[in-house]
Amino acid sequence: MTASRVNTPIYLDYLSTTPVDPRVAEAMMACLSPEGNFGNPASRSHVFGWKAEEAVENARCQVAELINADPREIVWTSGATESDNLAIKGAAHFYSKKGKHIITSKIEHKAVLDTCRQLEREGYEVTYLEPDAQGLTTPEAVAAALRDDTVVVSVMHANNEIGVVNDIAGIGEICRASGVIFHVDAAQGAGKVPLDMATMKVDLLSLSAHKMYGPKGIGALYVRRKPRVRIESQMHGGGHERGMRSGTLATHQIVGMGEAARIAREEMAEEAVRLQGLRERFWQGINDIPEVHINGDETQRLPGALNVSFAFVEGESLLMSLKDLAISSGSACTSASLEPSYVLRALGLNDEMAHSSLRFSFGRFTTEADVDYAVGQVHHAVEKLRELSPLWDMYQDGIDLNSIQWAAH
Amino acid sequence: MAYSDKVIDHYENPRNVGKLDDSEDDVGTGMVGAPACGDVMRLQIKVNADGVIEDAKFKTYGCGSAIASSSLLTEWVKGKRVDEAEQIKNTEIAQELALPPVKIHCSVLAEDAIKAAVANYREKQGKS
Repeated sequence: MTASRVNTPIYLDYLSTTPVDPRVAEAMMACLSPEGNFGNPASRSHVFGWKAEEAVENARCQVAELINADPREIVWTSGATESDNLAIKGAAHFYSKKGKHIITSKIEHKAVLDTCRQLEREGYEVTYLEPDAQGLTTPEAVAAALRDDTVVVSVMHANNEIGVVNDIAGIGEICRASGVIFHVDAAQGAGKVPLDMATMKVDLLSLSAHKMYGPKGIGALYVRRKPRVRIESQMHGGGHERGMRSGTLATHQIVGMGEAARIAREEMAEEAVRLQGLRERFWQGINDIPEVHINGDETQRLPGALNVSFAFVEGESLLMSLKDLAISSGSACTSASLEPSYVLRALGLNDEMAHSSLRFSFGRFTTEADVDYAVGQVHHAVEKLRELSPLWDMYQDGIDLNSIQWAAH
Repeated sequence: MAYSDKVIDHYENPRNVGKLDDSEDDVGTGMVGAPACGDVMRLQIKVNADGVIEDAKFKTYGCGSAIASSSLLTEWVKGKRVDEAEQIKNTEIAQELALPPVKIHCSVLAEDAIKAAVANYREKQGKS
């Protein structure tokens, strides 16, 4: 056992957030002291402002380079939630004369789904696409839902619960051919798998810093210039960011996001190989447990993410057993509603499988020893809970659980 | 969510895990809950000629509080007469384990389980 070489709890929840890379922190600290780069980037009358503006513009270039865009296409926001709001409401409002129909998928992040719900209250009509059994939203599905009055399509790049990666280039072709604005929530995928705005026909793309080893509280929205995409601003004020998002720019946050984007771009290829290796090592380690299943497409996915169902054990007790691992349950059953994950339900999982699912996500600071320790813990926990599980007993006795009349409560 | 020490103790060291022979007339089985809801409890009692529960076993699929509720229940019913055992209230279980409001349903399920096990036992006795 490699227990002596790991520090518990082990962080295996990189899809929820990532630690700030020490190189990023260092760049940020240079903006956080009286001697440092503290100026207001909008101050035009002195060197403090000029220096801050230079740092902000440098970061803008770094973020643009990550997605192969023009720096003038990057708008700073407070994070991907704000970017999603600005993109979807901004485009829907601006193009409302053309139509009031929006297409999205059922397994988008809540920042997209709730924004769409708000637009429904304002009189828009929203089509929520069902993903396929692998969790993917296909170009064909989008094409079939397009209408003459469709103004915005919003489909995520990588899913935050199951880690599958959609065919963004393919959906972009469909949208461009129909003259519909295409928004992509790329919070989970950016910096992990390549995104190229020069070849992908994406109009608006949401980015978040804290999913790629940058700080929380900063994000960006890519707004295409050619062909030009217009959005109505949601935050009014001093007219920063070409009037699309007012508010004094947070130099330290922006510098942090820029540095995070630079590191991600330079190290992505190498890191992806390493993370995929860790993911495969983990899966090889646990797939000898009977009745364990991967949720979502096995190949079209983020290198470091895996969502697994452990049949006949319940997710919350599994988490309780795995207290040395910082992971998250696919089910939201710690909430009062006891509702299983809407993402897993949309994939066609029944409630008990959705209740038995865990998300493991590996990242920059995960080691092989961490993975091996996690494998041992998972084995121990699943064996213990199946020993306790009447469902596992019945399964082993050959009883079909679907044949039983359960009393719902 | 923070679990109480008693929940953790029962979860880490569950009492009376197992299965009794359901074909015996002196064994009553109560299975309550549903997989879709995230918890299923199976409680079994073995009753002697004096109507006293001399053994109890459980298996539970569910969260830590559900496992703890059923584990605690097996401890409580052992040595009780069946008519005493079916008087056990969910509130007593919830109080003993300091269950938070969202976990009260686990104790309700445990109360249902003992009632169902006693009913099953009585049904078998009536037949024989």
